[in-house]
Amino acid sequence: MSNVRPITSPPIHSDDRAHETDHPSSLVAKFGMDQPLKLDCGVDLAPFQIAYQTYGELNADRSNAILVCHALTGDQHVNNIHPVTGKGGWWDTMVGVGKPLDPSKYFIICSNVIGGCMGSTGPASINPATAKVWGLDFPIITIPDMVRAQAMLIDRLGITTLFCVVGGSMGGMQALQWTAAYPERVFSTLAIACSTRHSAQNIAFHELGRQAVMADPDWRGGRYVDEDTHPHRGLAVARMAAHITYLSDAALHRKFGRRMQDRELPTFSFDADFQVESYLRYQGSSFVERFDSNSYLYLTRAMDYFDIAGDHDGVLAKAFTGIKTRFCVVSFTSDWLFPTSESRALVHALNASSARVSFAEIETDRGHDAFLLDVPEFLDIVRAFLHSAGKARGLNDSDGQS
Amino acid sequence: MNIQHTLPLQGVTPERTGSYRTDHLLVADMVRAGSRVLDVGCGDGELLQLLETRGIDGRGIELSREGVNRCVAKGLAVVQGDADTDLVNYPDDAFDYVILSQTLQATRQPRVVLENLLRIGQRAIVSFPNFGFWKMRLQLLIGGHMPRTENLPATWYDTSNIHFCTIKDFVELCGEINVKMERAVALDLYGRPVPLNLPWWVWNMFGEQGVFLLSRGTKGK
Repeated sequence: MSNVRPITSPPIHSDDRAHETDHPSSLVAKFGMDQPLKLDCGVDLAPFQIAYQTYGELNADRSNAILVCHALTGDQHVNNIHPVTGKGGWWDTMVGVGKPLDPSKYFIICSNVIGGCMGSTGPASINPATAKVWGLDFPIITIPDMVRAQAMLIDRLGITTLFCVVGGSMGGMQALQWTAAYPERVFSTLAIACSTRHSAQNIAFHELGRQAVMADPDWRGGRYVDEDTHPHRGLAVARMAAHITYLSDAALHRKFGRRMQDRELPTFSFDADFQVESYLRYQGSSFVERFDSNSYLYLTRAMDYFDIAGDHDGVLAKAFTGIKTRFCVVSFTSDWLFPTSESRALVHALNASSARVSFAEIETDRGHDAFLLDVPEFLDIVRAFLHSAGKARGLNDSDGQS
Repeated sequence: MNIQHTLPLQGVTPERTGSYRTDHLLVADMVRAGSRVLDVGCGDGELLQLLETRGIDGRGIELSREGVNRCVAKGLAVVQGDADTDLVNYPDDAFDYVILSQTLQATRQPRVVLENLLRIGQRAIVSFPNFGFWKMRLQLLIGGHMPRTENLPATWYDTSNIHFCTIKDFVELCGEINVKMERAVALDLYGRPVPLNLPWWVWNMFGEQGVFLLSRGTKGK
């Protein structure tokens, strides 16, 4: 059928991305054989490296450090030009001078998660034992593993207590895991559009994405680098499906409606007649330029396994008993991936633990992705929460709340 | 249910002492310094802010999203929730005081809510509009209408206040569920205390709202 276009063309920047995997253009903390990362699956991973970025200066008391945890397909490039895509940072709305996470006040750290593909050790990295890419030989990682690796990085940076751990989606899971695992090291926690456990529906969507990747003949059982193929079609489909879950019915309708793409009438084909199809295809093809297929499998799996209560006899409140950390939990009305009910369950558990918690649901039609967007009410709440926590922390907030 | 924290409402400006409302100052004076307080139906957080200036660890629950977001934007520890359904999630003795300000009459189960307040908190501070206020009585007696006042301007068909009571009714309920009244104050239309040392029936007639400091009665009375 001549009128069927492939979803994507082969990745343009795949060489750039491959280079970033082992030699990232950001800071790198290397951990040798003597400092293994103890993984939940039982493997001691060594050596390994964590790629990270920092913004701002650590104060003399070392009390102003904020750890930003990135979401599934994010990376350490929070607030700088991305080395592969050439675009701005993924959280430019939140981080920057004059923004809620202001590098002129705070020392902001963001590291690529273990299992990622932007410089931290993951399935796309070279396995030192074989001198080949790890692929599916890489051990399965979990959200607690990601946090354990970050804690080793924070140790290396000489920081005992983080002023705040912030994250949305998978980043929010890490923020909660940080607080549950190292309560004395986390002064405040900002958990956005996330959950303490991955729901059955979300696991189902992830399985769909993974099956799409694995159904791509170019995936080659995960050995596509050795065999010099690019499984970009499968990953693009996975991204397209996932992207729908990040939006909302209302947002899609507002943005695209049933409008046609560069045409007046339907072509009576499977070409991208509708704008929404064209948009999704673009999302899929641009994603594969910067992301590794196997890494996508590993990170979605880590989210699936996440269940804080499961590690505490099924009682979520036990994970936070007696905790001193200040919490701010934020959800969005149109987020159906991590709906408000998930945040509310967390808030109930925190109340039962007598934790100091603020919880706000933000009205927006922009779905799960709202946490990455310019939603003023959300940004104001983050700013106010950090300001109030900063006062309690004794940070110099003489310039006040803007 | 629409939680009405802020009395007086339209048309009536609450009396203020400095930057604080007189009725809030009265409530704040009932709370010991350094204690832990839960404000149920905390509105836009004005009372919580006052409590925090006195070194009190305050938390809030508020039904309206706008109210919650305004509180969180002030740096207050406030969560979105409903007095009828969410108090059960709090453990026993979690707070020294639980405050329920101008909300009791809008709950579906006032008795259960009251019992929860004194389960979660060692003490409860409850304020509510007094349906025995002389203006209310007069409207029903003379006008033959369901009463509407400056502070309660809603009509019978759109009011969120579904369980009105008088000060006398409330005192009787406290006796029934073995709640001890440690302090009681009646406030006038502007949130000013009605002069003390007057008999109950005077308060029930001239108090526009009642404010009660409650604790758990001794078992078996």
